Amino acid sequence: MSHAIAVQVSHVTKIFPVKKGDGVTALAEVSLTVNAGEFVSLIGPSGCGKSTLLRLIADLDQPTSGAVTVFGKPAHQARLDQDYGIAFQSAGLLPWRTVEANIELPLQLHRVPAATRRARVAELMSLVGLSDFAANFPDQLSGGMQQRVAIARSLAESPELLLMDEPFGALDEMTRERMQTELVRICAETGAAVVFVTHSIPEAVFLSDRVVVMSPRPGRIREIVDVALGEKRGEMLREEESFFEGVTRVREALHGAPTEARPDNAVRGVDLR
Amino acid sequence: MRSATLRFVVPPVVLGLVALVAWQLLVVLGDIQPYLLPAPTAILTQLGLVLPVLWTSFLATGANALIGLIAGALLAISMALLASRLSFIDDLLTPVVAAIAVVPIVALAPVLTTMYGATSETPRRVIVAIVVFVPVFINTLRGLRQVLPVHRDLMRAYAASNWQISRTVTIPGALPYVFTGLNIASSLAVISAIVAEYFGGLQNGLGSRITSAAANSAYPRAWAYVFGAIILGVVFYAATLAIEKAVSRRST
Repeated sequence: MSHAIAVQVSHVTKIFPVKKGDGVTALAEVSLTVNAGEFVSLIGPSGCGKSTLLRLIADLDQPTSGAVTVFGKPAHQARLDQDYGIAFQSAGLLPWRTVEANIELPLQLHRVPAATRRARVAELMSLVGLSDFAANFPDQLSGGMQQRVAIARSLAESPELLLMDEPFGALDEMTRERMQTELVRICAETGAAVVFVTHSIPEAVFLSDRVVVMSPRPGRIREIVDVALGEKRGEMLREEESFFEGVTRVREALHGAPTEARPDNAVRGVDLR
Repeated sequence: MRSATLRFVVPPVVLGLVALVAWQLLVVLGDIQPYLLPAPTAILTQLGLVLPVLWTSFLATGANALIGLIAGALLAISMALLASRLSFIDDLLTPVVAAIAVVPIVALAPVLTTMYGATSETPRRVIVAIVVFVPVFINTLRGLRQVLPVHRDLMRAYAASNWQISRTVTIPGALPYVFTGLNIASSLAVISAIVAEYFGGLQNGLGSRITSAAANSAYPRAWAYVFGAIILGVVFYAATLAIEKAVSRRST
């Protein structure tokens, strides 16, 4: 796949029907382009449609109007062709399968030969640092380790696009930062484009080339902030000036005004309507 | 492991022995008549005397319970699979299962015995199958509907076929529920196989022996057969537990 554009979202509107009334408009006229190999975060308060947008790209839901293409194909075709890997907020591992068998699942479903499967699974387990836990069951692992299994699983078929819906949302702050560093490393190694849904500003800034700031009711893109803090993103980056500057810019974009003018507790974009 | 086994086995055995001794003392010291409560020693003597008959009755009732259990469970599981897949079958079955659930076996047993004739084992097996059907069906269907949204999304993202979804997510996820149903059903199977014998027909099972012994005022003998019935129930329950243990972690 030599496509320069990984995801193209054009004028997408998504309305969820409700029993009474006109339905809830989750997304209104959203357009977005994600380039191949690019890391894009979607950030915004709850109800801004960031997860909905991700689900539309994954073809888990269909837009009411507008079009989504993935590597030049309609999202539906891209899903059938397995052009993306996906990870959710809950790891979603099958509890009756071992770590190894969980990572193997997509390969097995797509009838990859057993020998190839074994080699790939071993590779992935060392990539996420879980080689010693191959035979363990998910309930024997910590939340962070389960999430690493889920990420390894999403990478199983070497996708050029990764879709991640708050994959670190349920983790504690320390595990979360470690996982972010690992994700940056994995993305550098695989060269995949990533669409990453989050509600954490530092997380978005640390990981992304661009941060898409969204606003709710109806879900819209308010602003796209270029951060791109460079190739070598280690733990030190979190203490650098450029990182803080990125955080400030995203925060201001979220609130629609310089943060100095607002009291500190008005951090929630929900307050703006 | 060994000390753990001891810890699990010794206390109930000790309690059982204490209860038996207390029972014996109560009967002897209280001068209780055998038709009210026979002494454990009297029951044990009878047990020794009727052991060959007890064994054949045990096997006869056990076979009825086992055949009925397997037939009812297989039918229930396949119906639940169908109902989880096709909503019109679900709509058809739900009221029928509710109706079956309230059928009293005491009402059904005499009718079936007449239908199939007094020399047939079939009515008893049919009764067991009917009784077993309900808990297995309800629990299996509940299990099959228990699929987590995240697993559903994941399988859709993988463009998995319906059969792949059933095999990798739905059925393994439903297994614990199936076994909950089977655990209930295994005890019910033994109880209903015995009760079904109370309504005439062949005189070869534990239920028939209990009624005929009681009818002849041979109470210690009746109790000896009751003891056999308890053992049969325990065997069925333990067997399903053992199968559950063997299956639960190995399924893919």
